Amino acid sequence: MARIIGGIGTTHVPSIGKAIAEKKQNDPYWEPFFSGFNAVHKWLAQEKPDIAVVFSNDHGLNFFLDKLPTFAVGAANEYRNEDEGWGIPVSRAAKGDAALSWHLIEGLVNDGFDITMCQEMLVDHAVTIPLNLLWPKGDWPAIVPVTINTVQHPLPSLARCLELGRAVGCAVMGYPEDVKVLVVGTGGLSHQLDGRRAGFINKDFDTLCMDQLSADPEALTRYTIPTLVELAGAQGVEFLNWMAMRGALTGTVSELHRNYHIPISNTAAATLLLANRPRAQRKAA
Amino acid sequence: MRHHIEGTTLFDGEQAQKGYALNRMCFSFNSADNRAAFLKDEEAYCAKYGLTAEQRAAVQSRNVLALIEAGGNVYYLAKLAGIFGLNVQDIGAQQTGMTVKAFKEKLAAAGR
Repeated sequence: MARIIGGIGTTHVPSIGKAIAEKKQNDPYWEPFFSGFNAVHKWLAQEKPDIAVVFSNDHGLNFFLDKLPTFAVGAANEYRNEDEGWGIPVSRAAKGDAALSWHLIEGLVNDGFDITMCQEMLVDHAVTIPLNLLWPKGDWPAIVPVTINTVQHPLPSLARCLELGRAVGCAVMGYPEDVKVLVVGTGGLSHQLDGRRAGFINKDFDTLCMDQLSADPEALTRYTIPTLVELAGAQGVEFLNWMAMRGALTGTVSELHRNYHIPISNTAAATLLLANRPRAQRKAA
Repeated sequence: MRHHIEGTTLFDGEQAQKGYALNRMCFSFNSADNRAAFLKDEEAYCAKYGLTAEQRAAVQSRNVLALIEAGGNVYYLAKLAGIFGLNVQDIGAQQTGMTVKAFKEKLAAAGR
């Protein structure tokens, strides 16, 4: 049976793509951010996940405001990136796993999530940058992208995204193939690009979010979306992707590593690695 | 009732409806050919997408606060800003009335 080995939260700021293309990982500006992935690379080399379910938000590459799903699940065997219009290099395509996608889609709809199913889906920097950060040598696993609307309000609540993640976690555990699955939540943490409050960053709130994510994610569901905007910034709502990632970890969760650095571009950049131990296995031990 | 957040415009149904033509034009800038067509004849390009007079004036002014007021969403506006070679620090500085250097210092200060 499939199992979820852990979850990773990571920032997906577009300029990271440029820094990678220009090999700036060791520059003084970038080093505190990139060096935060060393521990993650070591863990990934040990654990070797076969598939990654990636929760992220589209920034106007695949979806436009004409039809904007709250939750969309990719169901393809390949996901291409394209020109996003703001000068970051176009990434190579990511491999998909349509069989797992359809299994998740069945499970999600059965659990009351009326998701949009996408046999064609372009993935933007919110997917490709995390893949490049986690597997810099290019040995990416197959992915199942799950897109959450963080662009046009009303957005789904923190509680709903946690539930979405749980439904994904349950569906993965019912998948008959013997595969190791990693879940990834991308974006954030606190930042705001627009308005007179542009440049807003909230270190205290980010720290609280990361602390609660492993210990007590339910506690974070007390924040409404407008309050989340107020505390995390207008684009800090990408934390919804992290909540979904956390929800998918239905076993015993422990934090293995975190890195937090201000600023990368206009953003508080964060990396969080959570291990997920199946409860049954723990009892047997 | 709408929740008021200082210096922040929630991109909700009202804004999305108001800004539709502007955001649709900015969405087209994913294509290099369209970016070139805009640069070649900005007036004609804006007309093709049916921008309102307010949106047209906001585009002409390159003023991000005016573009947001006209219904622009920042992820789409970033594609427009990219045409003029402006990154998110440049637009952050413009919106807050700071120099780019001071804006970057403000960001760094948030980490201390």
